[in-house]
Amino acid sequence: MWNALKSVFWAIPKGMSITFRHIFRKKVTEEYPDVRPEFEARYRGLHYLTRYADGAERCVCCGLCAAACPADAIYMEPAETESGERYAKIYEINEIRCIFCGMCEEACPEEAIFLGHEFEFSAGERGDFIYTKEMLLANFGKLEKDRVAKKYKPFIRQDKFQFKKPAGDVH
Amino acid sequence: MWLSIIIDVVKVIVIFAALMTMIAYATWFERRVVAFIQSRLGPNRVGPFGLLQPIADAVKLLFKESFLPADSSNKFLFSIAPILSFVPAVLSIAVIPVGNSVTIAGQQVNLIISDLNIGLLFIFAMGSLGVYGVVLAGWASNSKYSLLGGLRAAAQMISYEIGLGLSVVGVLMIAQTFSLAEIVRQQSGSIADWYFFKQPVAFFLFIICAIAESNRLPFDLPEAESELVAGYHTEYAGMRFSVFFLGEYAHMLIVSMFASSLFFGGWAGPFLPPAVWFFVKTVAFMFLYVWLRGTLPRMRYDQLMRLGWLVIFPLALLNVIITALVMLLVGTS
Repeated sequence: MWNALKSVFWAIPKGMSITFRHIFRKKVTEEYPDVRPEFEARYRGLHYLTRYADGAERCVCCGLCAAACPADAIYMEPAETESGERYAKIYEINEIRCIFCGMCEEACPEEAIFLGHEFEFSAGERGDFIYTKEMLLANFGKLEKDRVAKKYKPFIRQDKFQFKKPAGDVH
Repeated sequence: MWLSIIIDVVKVIVIFAALMTMIAYATWFERRVVAFIQSRLGPNRVGPFGLLQPIADAVKLLFKESFLPADSSNKFLFSIAPILSFVPAVLSIAVIPVGNSVTIAGQQVNLIISDLNIGLLFIFAMGSLGVYGVVLAGWASNSKYSLLGGLRAAAQMISYEIGLGLSVVGVLMIAQTFSLAEIVRQQSGSIADWYFFKQPVAFFLFIICAIAESNRLPFDLPEAESELVAGYHTEYAGMRFSVFFLGEYAHMLIVSMFASSLFFGGWAGPFLPPAVWFFVKTVAFMFLYVWLRGTLPRMRYDQLMRLGWLVIFPLALLNVIITALVMLLVGTS
């Protein structure tokens, strides 16, 4: 009896005052299509393949990203140009297999792969999620913006045969 | 003669339409307020502030398939159960005064569909009939969850009806009438006339019983999602399901109107028109309903029964006896 009275006249009003105060609190809902979500700087979205300033692809098809990939989402086939430079003839990322861990980016010795802030790339068919080299390079236009958003330092090597160490620390 | 019939018909249509609109918006109101309590926004995408959400819901439910379970125990009862729970809840509006009398075209019009001299009993009778819909739905569904929900509903609603009935006896003894219109008129003088101040214990018992009676949290055992899927309406879909839902919200609204008429002076209030005061008080009670839902966890079944029979029933009886004693000593007034 005493416990019942205590709950009616003390615990319940106390609980109700808490819920009433919550009505006026800031809401946590993100109104996504209307309001763009705010990402952490280090957010890992869709992959880019990067280019040098002169337009040459950075990727040399060494396979380190595919080796590092825990989801086996990366497939590549190498080829050589007439002058003997190695490049990726086929470079595909299966974006449904990908877990967006970013280990390909960490593994890459050429700064060729980069995970940006793009996250809206839904498609109607599973096959559309296998991104080819052309599709990954096509995102290159947005690269600067995303590198700024991710607070990245400039590329260490600005062109293919620059092997000097730049001033300051590296990223 | 003809004029009074026309006035009556218009009155019925207007009050019924207003009630149905309020039921529709009660769903929106509840979802919004519960969302706010949980730091969410709730439905706000359809129309401004989500105000068109009830219409979108109605359209969706109308176009859904309303199927019968193949192994239903009784297809007729299965179909009729939602109606049996909805109609009595809506009928109760007939004896609730929504405003003072107004004069239209030289005719005095009471803003109450029917000023029954046993209005209060009528509401209780209709409230009890609502049990049939729930119990029959539970049985006719031929599903263990539905049956358990129906059984719980029957036990709970019948137990709490006693507390509900006894709690208003104190008010009735002071008011000396069963007519709700008359009870409201007695409270229309000033705030001090409200029966809430004369019968505070009766009010608290009434509100607890009324929440249990309309199967709302913390007494929503008949549809306890965590144990019974959805209780008695587990097997229902489409329009039949939504009629159950409308019935539940109609019940909540009727109880809100009833409580404000019985204890808080109904339409009585300064400055604003009576119907607006009535609306404000009803919404306040609806808010209380939603607020309690957002605060309290569901009770256990044995706790519910113990509360009903060992706390509320004796307290209500005690309240009646004390009221009688005071009236005997002080004299009736």
